[in-house]
Amino acid sequence: MRAKARIKTCLSHIGLTLLSVVWLFPIFWVVLASCRKERGSYTSYFFPKAYTIENYRRLLFETDQFHFAKWFGNTFTVAVFSCLISTIFVLSVSFCMSRLRFKMRKPYMNIAMILGMFPGFMSMIAVYYILKGIGITQSLLALVLVYSGASGAGFFVAKGFFDTIPKSMEEAASIEGATKMQIFTKIILPLSKPIAVTTILTSFMGPWVDYIFASVIMGDNYDKYTVAIGLAKMLEREFISEYYTQFAAGCVLVSIPISILFMALQKYYVEGITSGASKG
Amino acid sequence: MLKTFKKGNNVTRLSLVIFGLGNLLRGQIGKGLIFLGIELLYIFYFIEYGFSALEGLFTLGTQEQGWVMDERKGIEVLVNGDNSMLLLLFGTLCLMIIVSLFIVAKLSLESAYLAQESVEKGIKPISFKKDLSLFLDSKAHITLLCLPIIGILAFSVLPLFYMILVAFTNYNHDNQPPGKLFDWVGLDNFFVILNNNSPLGKSFWPILTWTIVWAIVATITCFLFGLILAMWINSPYVKIKRVWRSILATSVAVPQFVSLLIIRTMLQPEGSINVLLKELGLIDNALPFWTNATWARISIIIVNLWIGAPYTMMIVTGILMNIPAELYEAAKIDGANTITIFKKITLPYIIFVMTPYLITQFIGNVNNFNVIFLLTAGGPSTIDYYQAGKTDLLVTWLYKLTVGSKDYCYASTIGILVFIISAVVSLMTYHRTSAYNNEEGFQ
Repeated sequence: MRAKARIKTCLSHIGLTLLSVVWLFPIFWVVLASCRKERGSYTSYFFPKAYTIENYRRLLFETDQFHFAKWFGNTFTVAVFSCLISTIFVLSVSFCMSRLRFKMRKPYMNIAMILGMFPGFMSMIAVYYILKGIGITQSLLALVLVYSGASGAGFFVAKGFFDTIPKSMEEAASIEGATKMQIFTKIILPLSKPIAVTTILTSFMGPWVDYIFASVIMGDNYDKYTVAIGLAKMLEREFISEYYTQFAAGCVLVSIPISILFMALQKYYVEGITSGASKG
Repeated sequence: MLKTFKKGNNVTRLSLVIFGLGNLLRGQIGKGLIFLGIELLYIFYFIEYGFSALEGLFTLGTQEQGWVMDERKGIEVLVNGDNSMLLLLFGTLCLMIIVSLFIVAKLSLESAYLAQESVEKGIKPISFKKDLSLFLDSKAHITLLCLPIIGILAFSVLPLFYMILVAFTNYNHDNQPPGKLFDWVGLDNFFVILNNNSPLGKSFWPILTWTIVWAIVATITCFLFGLILAMWINSPYVKIKRVWRSILATSVAVPQFVSLLIIRTMLQPEGSINVLLKELGLIDNALPFWTNATWARISIIIVNLWIGAPYTMMIVTGILMNIPAELYEAAKIDGANTITIFKKITLPYIIFVMTPYLITQFIGNVNNFNVIFLLTAGGPSTIDYYQAGKTDLLVTWLYKLTVGSKDYCYASTIGILVFIISAVVSLMTYHRTSAYNNEEGFQ
């Protein structure tokens, strides 16, 4: 029995090691490519002939064609503001849907559900013309509005979480004369750390990973690009052979903070989804 | 609302036309003035813009851009025509404003009736200050929902409503404002797309089939593989569980556009995977990962597994920790073995918790723009389809029709059809699941 268990342990670990190699392979490769000294997009050999950190230096400090450091700053600004707005919107809407009872509650929830079933890109062109009408296309403000404007419709997971908080506490508070607003800010919010973190995390990561909306809104204004469209631009035919290794370096630089953020907050993330899903 | 109208006296009824009248006459000056001010804004809007916007919505423009003889100058001059696109947008906005007008009218009536009730009972109507403080308590939902709803109206409802209307026009690449006008065509676009003999119909049905096959296969493979991973790492034979989980979760943590763009270049005919396989002597000619339709479809599903399975794994791991330990103990006392326990307790529990998630995943995969667009951009391209490639989903086709060929009316029609698919699937499955019918099952 003991020997059998040992074999099982051994096989499990060999299997997991193989799987990990497959899983990390693309990441390993992009790090290799970002340190490759030879220029050009594709090479006829797998391992680079020489290594360098020149790609990182040129990516960050050369600004004649592309301005990566600026893109990074743009994305960060957009992410911070859209994350603030969406978090406030999502948490207050979820609180209303979960804790308050009013006439428009059911209709609102149904409408939000119906809106969610339309493909997001369908409205893209109309959004673009609306922004153009206000006169703010090709600006960071436009991106913030696009990412966070309609976030109040995506409250289902957070509402599911709020539903699991026992009613007794707020009943006690309301007997002592607390207003609904105080119940929200003083009782429910402090208890909703996991879901608040989930909401903050997802809305903060949105601008870093969105390519479509950003590319439609920004057009050819290189200065206002976010990292996602900027990096995709480097892969276009006229740039790819010159910028491929810099593209790889950019990918590494973007992935590091996002991955660290994700790993650090993973626990809350799963907690938020499972508790929301089980009651949602 | 009818009840309020019947019970109210004449002043109250008149408040439906002159907003705030009931409040003003009963001493609620602040509230009354706000209502009255809003009404003035509405009147101004309708006189200045509203009526012409409504007219434009019906005609979608009558004056086409073109050269017109200017009698005075004696030469032909270019006249700016109507812009159907803007007329439709402002018309849509006007419809929304009309709806809001009815809501404000109703609020005015109700508020007047409340004031009337207080006066009849002989109490002073509620003061402006007190009324405002209610917005933090019994009317807190209005305060909290106000901005989110404005956001949804402006960035979701208005654009969607506009695009839905576009599906009933002939706004395609031949009729582009400001040069040309477009007009209402009823259901023509739906007939064109659903008709198997038109070029669009010939693309629509195969793309629809692939979209549904993709959504089903992607959802199920990610779920099963994620489940296996979670159970595997959770088994007592595996040490340093956290490390394994973190390694596998890297594919979720790395931004999708980064990993997808990288994998796209890696799997090119001259990309690093083919180079590596050649160096190892396994193949002589490059494998056609993206250039052959069947290869491309399978590659997409496998790459999607790489991204999606760890996500399921994380969630299942979370759920496994939540399963009440008593259930397992009871089963062990009753003499159940590992397989029975898995079949009778673990699996039903996971499916119970995850059904809503799986439905969302399915819908998400129908709309999975990123994976397809960043990996293959719909390719390999084909002349069989109108503006689409062999791996295009309905949504990526929709994107190409809007950004590429500017056939907005067909794109909107496809959007509506995708909506119908999502709505039908989620309603059907949601009503059948135990999560819906048996909400208390595991609580």
